[in-house]
Amino acid sequence: MSEILLKATALEKRYGGLKAVSGVSIDVHRDEVHAVIGPNGAGKSTLINLLSGDVSVSAGAVMLGERDITNLAPDRRARAGLGRSYQKTTIFQNSTVFENVRLAAQAHGGQALRLFGSVVRDSNVNARADSAIAEVGLARRASTIAKLMSHGEQRQLEIAMVLATEPKLILLDEPLAGMGQAEASSMIALIGRLKFGRAILLVEHDMDAVFALADRLTVMADGAVIAAGSPGHVRNHPAVRSAYLGHDHGAAA
Amino acid sequence: MIRSATPVTMIAIAAALALALALPVIAPGYYVQFASKAMLMGMLALSLNLIVGFGGLVSLCHGAFFGLAGYMLGFLTPDSGGASLWLSLPVALLTVAAVAAIIGALSLRTRGIYFIMVTLAFGEMLFYLFHDTRIGGGSDGMYIYFKPEIAIAGSALLDLEKSNTFFYVALACLVGTALLIRGLVRSPFGHALVAARDNERRALSLGFPVFRLRLAAFVISAMIAGLAGYFSAAQFGFVAPQLLGWHLSATMLVMVVLGGMSSILGPLVGALALIGLEEVLKSSFEHWKLIKGLIIIGLVFALPGGLQQLAAMLQTGSSQVPDLGADVAEPVPAPAGEARSHV
Repeated sequence: MSEILLKATALEKRYGGLKAVSGVSIDVHRDEVHAVIGPNGAGKSTLINLLSGDVSVSAGAVMLGERDITNLAPDRRARAGLGRSYQKTTIFQNSTVFENVRLAAQAHGGQALRLFGSVVRDSNVNARADSAIAEVGLARRASTIAKLMSHGEQRQLEIAMVLATEPKLILLDEPLAGMGQAEASSMIALIGRLKFGRAILLVEHDMDAVFALADRLTVMADGAVIAAGSPGHVRNHPAVRSAYLGHDHGAAA
Repeated sequence: MIRSATPVTMIAIAAALALALALPVIAPGYYVQFASKAMLMGMLALSLNLIVGFGGLVSLCHGAFFGLAGYMLGFLTPDSGGASLWLSLPVALLTVAAVAAIIGALSLRTRGIYFIMVTLAFGEMLFYLFHDTRIGGGSDGMYIYFKPEIAIAGSALLDLEKSNTFFYVALACLVGTALLIRGLVRSPFGHALVAARDNERRALSLGFPVFRLRLAAFVISAMIAGLAGYFSAAQFGFVAPQLLGWHLSATMLVMVVLGGMSSILGPLVGALALIGLEEVLKSSFEHWKLIKGLIIIGLVFALPGGLQQLAAMLQTGSSQVPDLGADVAEPVPAPAGEARSHV
């Protein structure tokens, strides 16, 4: 087995008496896409938020490589090498593609908050921005204002921003949401390329995409893990079938 | 995110600067003193806009920083002569910075309307500290009989008692402030600050330490307000608790909004316009405050982007509202209660 980049153990999130997530353990290896699926309300988004630090855990531990990041704030997790995308696109709409990605690249540079000197002339930051834009295939759109692009391109831009922070582990929260067929298939191809040298945790509703991309799967229902393993194993798992047939007929087929 | 100055703007700035440099020669003494006062108010507006315009945080305690620096000059001025500027100015600014760091560290844990209320509360606390205790003469305030001395090795370098000299020192401070803010806004720091304003959650997930970023901006902004307050106190020779109160903070905010928040110099234009308007109305009408209020309301309705919008309209010939820099991309509101408060 290759190196474990993310390991979460017995994660729990309580809201008053409600357990949104309970006893969830998951690990993601280098060069791997680990997909998390489950019916609506299963706790997938809460899990991503627990891993990224947007929501604090009630119990359990999160390790990024050798480092315990359980109690780190989101910005410190990002600097430690954890990148994430959001379900809703959260790019800076009035800036160009390049400006968006440069900002992300700047965040990860050693001089993220220098008080003086122009951002525009930092060649190291610019180079990292360029390479992230090229990796997602937006090189020809670099000087386009973000809000003028299609939804699919905006999602690509969001991924480029994540890449520019040079993450070891990437959390993707429904990257295909709202995409058409053509956009979705190019995004699937992109995600398939991204995993090399990194690790990806993917939450996605599109089962075709999940089974095309995932090296391993974790299935959640009602805040808990009901099955985990290879796509073939999960596909035929009785608990998975009943969870999906109970709520969302045929989605796992 | 930040537009570059157009040639027309550059010419306007050069012309304004030339006029300012010539003012003591061409205008009578009263107007030189008036212009000094207006420029110090302009500095105050510029300082506030770093937080309000670029940081997206409406502070209602900047008057307190202004007044506190003035009081510090008062405390440090001996009965027999002027305080040394080399000592009193750094002490005043560092005191303001320390107070701002404490107020900022506590109030920046809140957002939106709560931030406004918390800063207002801290500002009022400082007001009552000087109003209700005997510190600094209580509600009567205190006189500063001598202006600070700028001397090197015992010989006076500049004499601030001369109103022309004072004018040029104030002008230098104003130009320095504008250049400082321009540099900050264009630096990596400034870009990160604007990103946090537009989408805090995204800025955090990219790895920007938003709290530290805002705290630094808050303290820098407070110190510039303190610089203006120090020279204002020196100019008037008097400080009173009213300088720390929310009324001045609100007036500063009016200057910023009137001038326009999305540019570096907009608030300066707003400050000069407001002070100039007051001066004109005061000498002509008995109920000048009422008229002033109506004019401001009219201006805000006509020019929602501030007076800077007027300049933009003159240049492009269109009345389109300029991009106010509200670069908001579906801001994901941090869910109350579950969002991390440790930063």
